[in-house]
Amino acid sequence: MGSRASSLLREEEIEEIKKETGFSHSQITRLYSRFTSLDKGENGTLCREDFQRIPELAINPLGDRIINAFFPESEDQVNFRGFMRTLAHFRPIEDSDKSKDPLVPEPLNSRNNKLLFAFRLYDLDKDDKISREELLQVLRMMVGVNISEEQLGSIADRTIQEADQNGDLSISFTEFQKVLEKVDVEQKMSIRFLH
Amino acid sequence: MSFLLPFDSLVCTLLGISLTVWITLLLVFIIVPAIFGVSFGIRKLYMKTLLKVFEWATLRIERGARERKQAIYKTNSNGIIVKEPTSLEEEIKQLRRNGSNRALDSREFEMSDIFYFCRKGVETIVDDEVTKRFSAEELESWNLMTRTNNNFQYISLRLTVLWGLGVFVRYCFLLPLRVTLAITGISLLVIGTTMVGYLPNGWFKDFLSKHVHLMCYRICVRALTAIIHYHDSENRPKNGGICVANHTSPIDVIILASDGFYAMVGQIHGGLMGVIQRAMVKACPHIWFERSEVKDRNLVARRLSEHVRDQAKLPILIFPEGTCINNTSVMMFKKGSFEIGATVYPVAIKYDPRFGEAFWNSSKYGMVNYLLRMMTSWAVVCSVWYLPPVTREEDEDAVQFANRVKAAIARQGGLVDLLWDGGLKRQKVKDTYKEEQQKLYSQSEYGTVHNLEYYRCVFSHFSMSRCVKQIGWL
Repeated sequence: MGSRASSLLREEEIEEIKKETGFSHSQITRLYSRFTSLDKGENGTLCREDFQRIPELAINPLGDRIINAFFPESEDQVNFRGFMRTLAHFRPIEDSDKSKDPLVPEPLNSRNNKLLFAFRLYDLDKDDKISREELLQVLRMMVGVNISEEQLGSIADRTIQEADQNGDLSISFTEFQKVLEKVDVEQKMSIRFLH
Repeated sequence: MSFLLPFDSLVCTLLGISLTVWITLLLVFIIVPAIFGVSFGIRKLYMKTLLKVFEWATLRIERGARERKQAIYKTNSNGIIVKEPTSLEEEIKQLRRNGSNRALDSREFEMSDIFYFCRKGVETIVDDEVTKRFSAEELESWNLMTRTNNNFQYISLRLTVLWGLGVFVRYCFLLPLRVTLAITGISLLVIGTTMVGYLPNGWFKDFLSKHVHLMCYRICVRALTAIIHYHDSENRPKNGGICVANHTSPIDVIILASDGFYAMVGQIHGGLMGVIQRAMVKACPHIWFERSEVKDRNLVARRLSEHVRDQAKLPILIFPEGTCINNTSVMMFKKGSFEIGATVYPVAIKYDPRFGEAFWNSSKYGMVNYLLRMMTSWAVVCSVWYLPPVTREEDEDAVQFANRVKAAIARQGGLVDLLWDGGLKRQKVKDTYKEEQQKLYSQSEYGTVHNLEYYRCVFSHFSMSRCVKQIGWL
């Protein structure tokens, strides 16, 4: 007669996730409830179809790329830990996250990690560089059939030209960071989770 | 063996007497009032008692949890996240302003443009408007049924005893009673309508058929222990009109038809449903379609128009959503019934989930399972509002008219008004929506401003109506 939602999630697990991601206890239980409601197969993991079933995500031009971000290397299932780890990137930055100690690894929702998440949306082959081809792919996803090949090509070329500093005709993560240094990443890549 | 005989006859006598008493009570307190439409007020008293018990139960749980210093997991009725209301265009402008080193209008693409889509995408993964409409709503407090106990972990001894008592009352007392009533109601309906069907057409036949239908629906209402509040009965649908309502479960039909006279529309089924449908249509004209005819939109429209044009026929009852939604929102109304040109009588139905979850999750439960669940819940409590009749305006098309009616129903019932299609329960969303998104983004960046109307984000409800217009609804 216990609670269905959190009985499958033990206290120790919640503590571990809390430490790893920085979410509060109630946020984790609520997100677990969401996770289980998406999990139609009821096997404790989500597959790509479970995400694609969300209509608002299916109509998002970058929907497939975002879904991919949840799945680790060449795997087809993501468990709750993995789900939370990815969502943690979108937690707003709080003062408690900012640590002066250089030995402590950055929290998942740091500015750099948010930028890295966005970078990986572009960088499909994970070679730490955004090539012209990869940039074109993302552009094509976002505009559909409304812009011609040539125009898109020139936009891609121009973007790479501006960002590229070491002349290898692709954008590395450092160059990516430089281009976006003035953008308010903290706000644009954060979701306001309720407590 | 002979010493068993007197005992046997004693048991038989006792059984006979108790059965007679039970049936008499049933007749006097339930069936006869149903026929004449009066009420003893027993159900309302029952409802008040139940509410008091639920309040006590919730207080006990909260007190117990406080003593044990455990956090009670409250429902996410307030949502998990707060969504940013800015539109696509505004966000892109902001990103440009922040990030660019050059003038605003010379930029066509920034690498930060993806931030918007990225964030929106993850927001919908955490909390979207559509998928949560296809499963039962979560309750704030526990109503002593295991099936709704998602949130409350700690149970005390007293509560367990109460729960046990509840199970006994629901399964051993209420369930047989309700099943008997349901069987009585359905048999009377089938027999009554068949008999009325033998009469010659005329005033007397119509009168009898209306009242036979009404009586049987009223018995079915009591079979579910449904406590219904009707508001604004002066707006009740009249002949030649179409009554539209939001759809939560098959019980909606019983609830509406026990307070008015309607002609039903639907597909002919096999089995028991089919028997009932065929009997009903003998007494008065209902609109039943064969499976093959359902796809033919013209045929459907033609038959509906023929029916409404005949003033002698009863108003049609239609559920334009096409599928059951969980009573927290109203989803897209299919335009078919709004094209006919008849007066539309909107009705809003809102169930109180504390007494039993009325929503039929057809992907999870079959019809029989669902009915059993309904009959083992405490009760079905709902409110019905009859909204004033509306007709299509000169400059409106069917889709706009449908949306207007839908908005009125949502407002009255306190439901969320969504433009998404209830069919998304089973189907994937059409690619045309994604294409609209892409068009929006490219136009706000690369093209000239053709139409300011375009500049609304597809993710907000407002622009869905532009999308709807563009794509051309089914």
